[in-house]
Amino acid sequence: MTYFKKRNGKWKLTLRGKDARAGYLFILPFLIGFFGLFVSMLIKSISFSFSNMEVGADGYILTKAAKNGFEHYIRAFTIDPDFNLRLGKSIAKMCTTVPLILIFSFFAANILNQKFKGRAIARSIFFFPVILTSGIILGIEQSDLLLSSMNGEAMTSTEDLESMIGVTRFLTQYTSLPGEIIMYLSNAVTGIYDIVIASGVQILVFLAGLQSISPSLYEASNMEGATGWENFWKITFPMISPLILVNALYTIIDSFTSAGNEMMSSITSTIFTDVKYGYGSAMAWIYFIAIALILAVVGGIISKHVFYYD
Amino acid sequence: MKTTAKTMKKTKVPKALKQQILLAKISSILWKIVRGTIVIGICFVILYPLFVKFSVSIMEENDLYDSTIKYIPKHFTLNNYKLALEGMKYTKTFFNTFTLSFLTAFLQLAACLFTAYGFARFQFPGKKILFACVLLTLMVPPQVLMLPMFMKFRFFDFFGIAEAVTGSSINLIDSFWPFLISAITTMGFKNGLYIYMLRQFFKGMPKELEEAAYVDGSGRFRTFFQIMLPSAKSMMVTVFLFGFVWQWTDSFFSGMYLPTFKVMASALSSLAAEVGSRYSDFGGAMNFVSKGFTSMMNNTGVILVILPLVVLYLVCQKYFVESIERSGIVG
Repeated sequence: MTYFKKRNGKWKLTLRGKDARAGYLFILPFLIGFFGLFVSMLIKSISFSFSNMEVGADGYILTKAAKNGFEHYIRAFTIDPDFNLRLGKSIAKMCTTVPLILIFSFFAANILNQKFKGRAIARSIFFFPVILTSGIILGIEQSDLLLSSMNGEAMTSTEDLESMIGVTRFLTQYTSLPGEIIMYLSNAVTGIYDIVIASGVQILVFLAGLQSISPSLYEASNMEGATGWENFWKITFPMISPLILVNALYTIIDSFTSAGNEMMSSITSTIFTDVKYGYGSAMAWIYFIAIALILAVVGGIISKHVFYYD
Repeated sequence: MKTTAKTMKKTKVPKALKQQILLAKISSILWKIVRGTIVIGICFVILYPLFVKFSVSIMEENDLYDSTIKYIPKHFTLNNYKLALEGMKYTKTFFNTFTLSFLTAFLQLAACLFTAYGFARFQFPGKKILFACVLLTLMVPPQVLMLPMFMKFRFFDFFGIAEAVTGSSINLIDSFWPFLISAITTMGFKNGLYIYMLRQFFKGMPKELEEAAYVDGSGRFRTFFQIMLPSAKSMMVTVFLFGFVWQWTDSFFSGMYLPTFKVMASALSSLAAEVGSRYSDFGGAMNFVSKGFTSMMNNTGVILVILPLVVLYLVCQKYFVESIERSGIVG
């Protein structure tokens, strides 16, 4: 494990040392970006959140906020009437949509992995939302009230209601599931568009994972007489489980940081429209800590059940 | 010959087996039907809003309020497009946005390729921690860093060089520099994801390729350029496509760094108000912009914004799908 060696009285790099040097050279862009921009911004953002800021023509002045600097944090939790509500809403929305997105994208990837006519076309359409629902386009779609109230969507909304009632009736008649689960499922059916458009990248990741499972595993198990169902649970599912972890974490991050998120837009408007720099930064930090906690919990739970092949 | 054929015909397939085969056939046909329905259904769900937008964009405003019209307009018109093209200053905006997106996506791709290859193939101290840092950059919401980023580029100074030369810091707001600087240092939008994807791809490549190159006397950088990059073509196209598309439609960063500069996102969000104000200039009576008109302009604008992306997607689509087949991402 030595990177240097003394030869002829001089310290020289060993082969391992040269390898390490090349590695650092390759990741140099990231090192500069991370230590030059990211870390310094992160630290600045913390200091902003603990202080009041005044911007002048050629710089800005920071003064320490009241209550030992915690003024903005205390304000977010105790004074601002919307903050707790919005935070709770974002988390609740995440909890309901993330499992659905995961299940849907896994299912879709399995279908797209099979051989059928028009598979190439189906694949290109399934990944289309990656383009359709980014940035401003999603924003316009959500703010476009008229489209949802007047044209077409008004009709679909009654259709939605009907289909929702239909699904609910079907489930209550033929199954004995508890009411909450039935409501959740029928909401999922009517909200299918939101789920489909949010799962482009996830389908991509799952599909790539499915492609990488060696066919010899299936051959061997078919020789032993396993059914498709058994193959799925004993081979496909364990082999893909590391990607379930990756996708779960990615989906959580995506749902929290998407442009359509209410919390995100309220932070932006607090900083740029209301010009409350310190308070906006404090809000952003509370939000980030909440995300990190959720990621840690979810990651911890899933990674216990993940199966690694090698 | 004849006899063998006869004997073959005579060997009976057991009844139970026959039934089983029939059952298997039926269930496979049923599955095909179910699968076809699901696939077509989801494709419909994805394409339907696009279709609605298109049909609204070729309507006259009266048609919007007419409840007998659903998708096919009675008064077909291209006037919306004319107004939207003028209101967005389309050609100018298009070239601005194209330059910005192309440069950003290209620099991001280059920086992420290097970084990903470094993480995939070399052993160095602190590698695991540094890779965790890559994921950290993906995890931190852009809003947390928004204000310091703005300040950084508003009062930009690289290790005090500008201060020493000109006596004050440089204002980079309203130029492409903030985008280019964060792209080349892999701090752009979702660059952590690109690094992750590319790293998985490079990890999946057989090591023998590079070893052969090393044996033949090729250096590490030459091996990277001549052996690894050509085989990563499809993955590179995918990352470029993501970078380009996300920059093209980005409103968050462009709203922050380019407050007066017109790109697609800002042109689209101000389109309805812009066209409406012109309307009122020569109309006189129309002092407010009706909601129907706003919606029509928005829909037309969205079509205009995503049209170039659709073309790009169709061109890249072959590589895109291919990249899935060969990337072999494993967590």
